[in-house]
Amino acid sequence: MDPLEALVAQIQGLSSTPGDISRLHVILKQADDSLRSESTRLSPVLAQLAPSEHSLGFLYVLDAFTSGQISKQQAETTVPIITGFINACNAEQIRLAPEKFVLVCKRLKDQVMMLEAPIRGVGPLFNAARKLQLSTEHLTPLHSDFLLLCLLAKCYKTGLSILEDDIFEVDQPRDLFLYCYYGGMICIGLKRFQKALDLLHNVVTAPMSSLNAIAVEAYKKYILVSLIHHGQWQISTSLPKYASSVAQRSLKNFCQPYIELANIYGTEKIAELEAYVQTNTEKFENDNNLGLVKQVVLSMYKRNIQRLTQTYLTLSLQDIANTVQLNSPKEAEMHVLQMIQDGEIYATINQRDGMVRFLEDPEQYKTCEMIEHIDSSIQRIMALSRKLTAMDEQISCDQLYLSKVGRERQRYDFDDFDVPTKFNI
Amino acid sequence: MDADDDSSNPMIDEIYANGDAAEGGGGEKRSRRLIISGDQFDIEAYASLYSGRTKIARLLFIADQCGDDNSAMQLEALRMAFDEIKKGENSQLFREVVNKIGGRLGLDYTMDVAWCEAVDRRAEQKKEKLDNELNAYRTNLIKESIRMGYNDFGDFYYAHGQLGEAFKSYVRTRDYCTTSKHIIHMCMSAILVSIEMGQFTHVTSYVSKAEQTHEALDQITIAKLRCAAGLAKLVSKKYKLAARKFLETAPELGSQYNEVIAPQDIATYGGLCALATFDRTELKTKVIDNINFRNFLELVPEVRELINDFYSSHYASCLEYLANLKANLLLDIHLHDHVETLYDQIRHKALIQYTLPFVSVDLQMMASAFKTTISELEKELVALITDNQIQARIDSHNKILYARHADQRNATFQRVLETGRGFDRDVRSMLLRTNLIKHDYNARSLSRKL
Repeated sequence: MDPLEALVAQIQGLSSTPGDISRLHVILKQADDSLRSESTRLSPVLAQLAPSEHSLGFLYVLDAFTSGQISKQQAETTVPIITGFINACNAEQIRLAPEKFVLVCKRLKDQVMMLEAPIRGVGPLFNAARKLQLSTEHLTPLHSDFLLLCLLAKCYKTGLSILEDDIFEVDQPRDLFLYCYYGGMICIGLKRFQKALDLLHNVVTAPMSSLNAIAVEAYKKYILVSLIHHGQWQISTSLPKYASSVAQRSLKNFCQPYIELANIYGTEKIAELEAYVQTNTEKFENDNNLGLVKQVVLSMYKRNIQRLTQTYLTLSLQDIANTVQLNSPKEAEMHVLQMIQDGEIYATINQRDGMVRFLEDPEQYKTCEMIEHIDSSIQRIMALSRKLTAMDEQISCDQLYLSKVGRERQRYDFDDFDVPTKFNI
Repeated sequence: MDADDDSSNPMIDEIYANGDAAEGGGGEKRSRRLIISGDQFDIEAYASLYSGRTKIARLLFIADQCGDDNSAMQLEALRMAFDEIKKGENSQLFREVVNKIGGRLGLDYTMDVAWCEAVDRRAEQKKEKLDNELNAYRTNLIKESIRMGYNDFGDFYYAHGQLGEAFKSYVRTRDYCTTSKHIIHMCMSAILVSIEMGQFTHVTSYVSKAEQTHEALDQITIAKLRCAAGLAKLVSKKYKLAARKFLETAPELGSQYNEVIAPQDIATYGGLCALATFDRTELKTKVIDNINFRNFLELVPEVRELINDFYSSHYASCLEYLANLKANLLLDIHLHDHVETLYDQIRHKALIQYTLPFVSVDLQMMASAFKTTISELEKELVALITDNQIQARIDSHNKILYARHADQRNATFQRVLETGRGFDRDVRSMLLRTNLIKHDYNARSLSRKL
């Protein structure tokens, strides 16, 4: 019998119970090479298998099928097959062969990009990531690809839904870098600057033994978003102690123009800032950061107006324009209006007198919603603390940790004579 | 005593601005002052307060500061400096002064080459003599004589304007000092030379050295040391500490330290520094109620008046006294760098103190109380509010300043939520990093085991 036919029969037969599936897995692993050699004959095979029941087998065959070079026309046919598979496949079965699954999805991504229709890959990869995850706290290599496609397709909201999950488990540090970087960019696109800062902060302070390009780019954006959101950036307090020494030493050297920008921002001279941006437009454009830089300049106006709310109760639009160095009261009115709408200041504009009246924050912290918000925050933090304690316990029972500590123990410890001086595990 | 009637009438009119109207500004009488404001600065009187090298230094400083536009005063100062130098032995300074005069004072005040040469010759001879004596003493190893020898050397160098050498000589006597008196003498000489040189770090160290001697010092010496310490702090911009030192000076000092500082100066420096840096209670207890310091303040009644005005909230007259004093103070060798800073601080304190008791303040009234325009006043207030020294907001439409008390409850809630968010973020990133490090460590240990 044709070995391929035999394999198909086995897949169809052994895909029902977990015991069978593990046997099937072994068989498939052995048959992997032969499958690859017969890649041209595999498309009718795929038609015979049902992705939802025979996921593992389908996966192996699909992998062999797509392993060669695929041209644009071929991509047109393979993309729907892969998409259909991902949507229909069985999560437990594919978790037995995660690397193959990741490989197939990556190929999907490549093909979709080749076809210049990244949006076609967004939905499938979302499902794929969800299925591959062991829990919502687990990061898979697919997350970063998914976010990349979201960015290219401009579907920021879909990307955001994946970003809402907190990640605590990572297989490969490299996945994390890309994930956080793309995630940061998506948040910037949606103007969620605090979340973007968190993600970029993770990239910049992640443990790394040598500098990588992702960290450098992330640092540049980190500086800019920090300026927009917090209005300040001090080089001396920039990287906390827990950032890797490599990062602390060398990141600055690659981001000189941005650090200069931050210093000028600190002097609060708008004209200088704009002049600096003008002269360095090319550099910023090469890094694709020009849009962000423009937002930085805009944020300076905002910050100056916000400062006015601290010193004045009412102020004429003309005075605002003069203090903040805008060109006319009309412009000042536009800025203030925009800020009121965005909720950044509380004020009323009296157009008859040309006066702006600044109000206090009306939040009284007395509503039910606020109480619920505080309550849920408390619950969340308690859960986090529990997690932290659990992790601490876990590490103190860890084999490697104990062996290292055991080696460094004192020879004679007065409190416990009966404890062996050296842990040998 | 001549009452200054012109300036007091507008002050009486400001009934609402400066509180107590009956007493008002009319009561202020300016007693006969040694130092008259403006260009009537009496150089002779000023110079007579000092003696020794500092007199010359101050006169030269005044001459420099006057520049060419006030040549009458400049020439006067230079002439007096010339006379003073001729009485001494400093040919270097003599040459300097002659250059500065440039022949403008007639033939009496030109380069006297003969005199210079005579002085230099005498100096050479004296130096040789002292050298021989010192060597003799050194071979004889008599401590007291060696000490005296070095002292003489120090005096010699000081008289000739070689301050660095003088300092070194005085310091060398340290090894040969046997009694506390010797040590104190050395410290005082060192302090004197250091002040002349402008090296106030030495001043501070020698003051503390002198204060540490075991024997009780007499009043005058203690007072001198306090003055020197105060001066050092003033120059290093530590105004509060300087004020404290000056205020502790005993009035018995009188003019006994006028090779460094005159009692009028103690009053002025101490008064201004205190006004700029002390808060209200300290001002009352340490300055106004201070009986000792009152003796000094009697010598400079303007400073006394201006401190009293400030305390009783008569800001306009206080600022007026300050403005009158400014011209003279800029001619003072130690204070001129600090006049601007001190004046700014005093003005800010006045503004803050004015707004403190009120819920709302009409800027119009405040501007007339401080004798400025509303827009100027607004600018100053904005700077103070931004600096968080005044808790208020300005209603620019109606020109009123409203006091603003931060809502503690809301602020607390905001802080709590913010802290919670911060904690959340930090712990999450920490857990993530731990995970990464664990993976890294696992990977490395696996590779090690293989």
